[in-house]
Amino acid sequence: MAEISKEQVRHVAHLARLAISEEEVEKMSEQLGAIITYAEALNELDTDNVEPTTHVLDIKNVMRKDESTKWINKEDAMKNAPDQKNGQFRVPSILE
Amino acid sequence: MKNLFEYSLKELQEKLHNKEITISDLVDASYNRINEVEDQVKAFLTLDEENARKQAKELDGKLSAAESLLFGMPIGIKDNIVTKGLRTTCASQFLSNFNDPLYDATVVQKLQEKNTVTIGKLNMDEFAMGSSTENSSYQNTRNPWNLDYVPGGSSGGSAAAVAAEEVFFSLGSDTGGSIRQPAAYCGVVGLKPTYGLVSRFGLVAFASSLDQIGPITRSVEDNAHLLQAIVGHDKMDSTSANVEIPDYSESLKDGVKGLRIGVPKEYLGEGVSEEVKASVKEALKKFEELGATWEEVSLPHSKYGIATYYLLASSEASANLARFDGVRYGVRAENSDNMIDMFKNSRAQGFGEEVKRRIMLGTFALSSGYYDAYYKKAQKVRTLIKQDFEKVFEDYDLIVGPTTPTPAFKIGEETDDPLTMYANDILTIPVNLAGVPGISLPCGLSSNGLPIGLQIIGKHFDEPTIYKAAYAYEQATDHHKKRPQLGGAK
Repeated sequence: MAEISKEQVRHVAHLARLAISEEEVEKMSEQLGAIITYAEALNELDTDNVEPTTHVLDIKNVMRKDESTKWINKEDAMKNAPDQKNGQFRVPSILE
Repeated sequence: MKNLFEYSLKELQEKLHNKEITISDLVDASYNRINEVEDQVKAFLTLDEENARKQAKELDGKLSAAESLLFGMPIGIKDNIVTKGLRTTCASQFLSNFNDPLYDATVVQKLQEKNTVTIGKLNMDEFAMGSSTENSSYQNTRNPWNLDYVPGGSSGGSAAAVAAEEVFFSLGSDTGGSIRQPAAYCGVVGLKPTYGLVSRFGLVAFASSLDQIGPITRSVEDNAHLLQAIVGHDKMDSTSANVEIPDYSESLKDGVKGLRIGVPKEYLGEGVSEEVKASVKEALKKFEELGATWEEVSLPHSKYGIATYYLLASSEASANLARFDGVRYGVRAENSDNMIDMFKNSRAQGFGEEVKRRIMLGTFALSSGYYDAYYKKAQKVRTLIKQDFEKVFEDYDLIVGPTTPTPAFKIGEETDDPLTMYANDILTIPVNLAGVPGISLPCGLSSNGLPIGLQIIGKHFDEPTIYKAAYAYEQATDHHKKRPQLGGAK
């Protein structure tokens, strides 16, 4: 049985930028442990000489010319913003 | 007049041109039915009635110029497909205020070129994560065949709305079975196209290497017509395939004589209910009668599909959902001291339990020290699963089996344990991992009157052979003619 400790859960939640309550930490530790244990069945398979699949079709390095095109204007881009000032997205302070 | 929903797209188009009906009649039929049954089915998150009626009137005046079978046809769109100016929520509280999207998804743009009429946006599991639509943060959609049962998911609204005759057809999206499983549970036809055939531009990304948009309809023929309208290379989606597009209805009626069908023993094994097995065996008998042959084959790595899928899909989701930060759109939590806390609080507030669980799982699988053991391992097993299909397709034209191990389950029955819920997708997930196309169509009813789905899987870009077989089977049986007996006079 894989164990995902509460400390690990808190660390992963921080990486994922998710605020998490102590109650959720407990539940998540249990559920992630169960899912990871289930997933460890993959270790039954010898994959040493198997190439990983990242993409099912044989498409590589799709390139286009780096040209600017008309898309949306600034006013439209701000339409759904939760907070804005002087035509810019406003956020809480970044620096202490 | 007969119920308009009994006609095919082709027949409806003829009626329009013969002036027996108008586009406004079709749009009225949709909204009338919605008024009649939507409080029971709850398939829609947003309706666009005023615009739809206005558009119908305009199109009625332009009918003589109509070139497409889809001209004026009312359609429902899954709520993770972006529609300009029309609220798009992915059934998440995070996007509850996303009322004014800035552009249309490529598929929506393509449909508009054919002059379809958008009736509304359809319910789903939040961000397409789920198999019952119970993970919607707004409402439970109910199965039109029995309101105590789930419609499947994640495209549960899309399948239920078609089954309940609220729209003539709909679009869904399928990452691990999210079109085929609800189509099976609701007794309609749903196709997951080959990965790359349909542009994902404007489909809110869940797992980018697996997601595909596809059509949900009442018949195979309609399905082929709708697919035709949405396929094609798109420079806005660098994973879209630049391939020649066939005419999907051309070979529809060619029959199955000489077709070689492989039936994976893993798809009729443990965990698959006896009723489902019996229906699929009946279908195989029918294919034999129609001139196809079938043999048992093996997809030996099928049992590793779910584990592989949850590692890969969750990893991709954890990266894709990083965009929901409360800065540019969506909800923002009040009273955060600094920006990082604002991200954390907004996401904690906006995301539901399953979405958080998958973000956590994916972040864990991608984190330093675990990447090779989980993420890369799963990518390698994905290769083995893909090779299983390649091997079978060396000798067979199609793979046939059930879409799901059982018919629909009751609302609330499987919400406690995520792993139980995941098991619903055991027969559909490998298809996404291999990137091949698959369809689900009705093949019978269970003893308690719930639909059973037959899954037909083809080679990359071989949708024509899937449609040919599905059409032959459909026409030789009457499963597709059965309709749920939902309240209200028809």
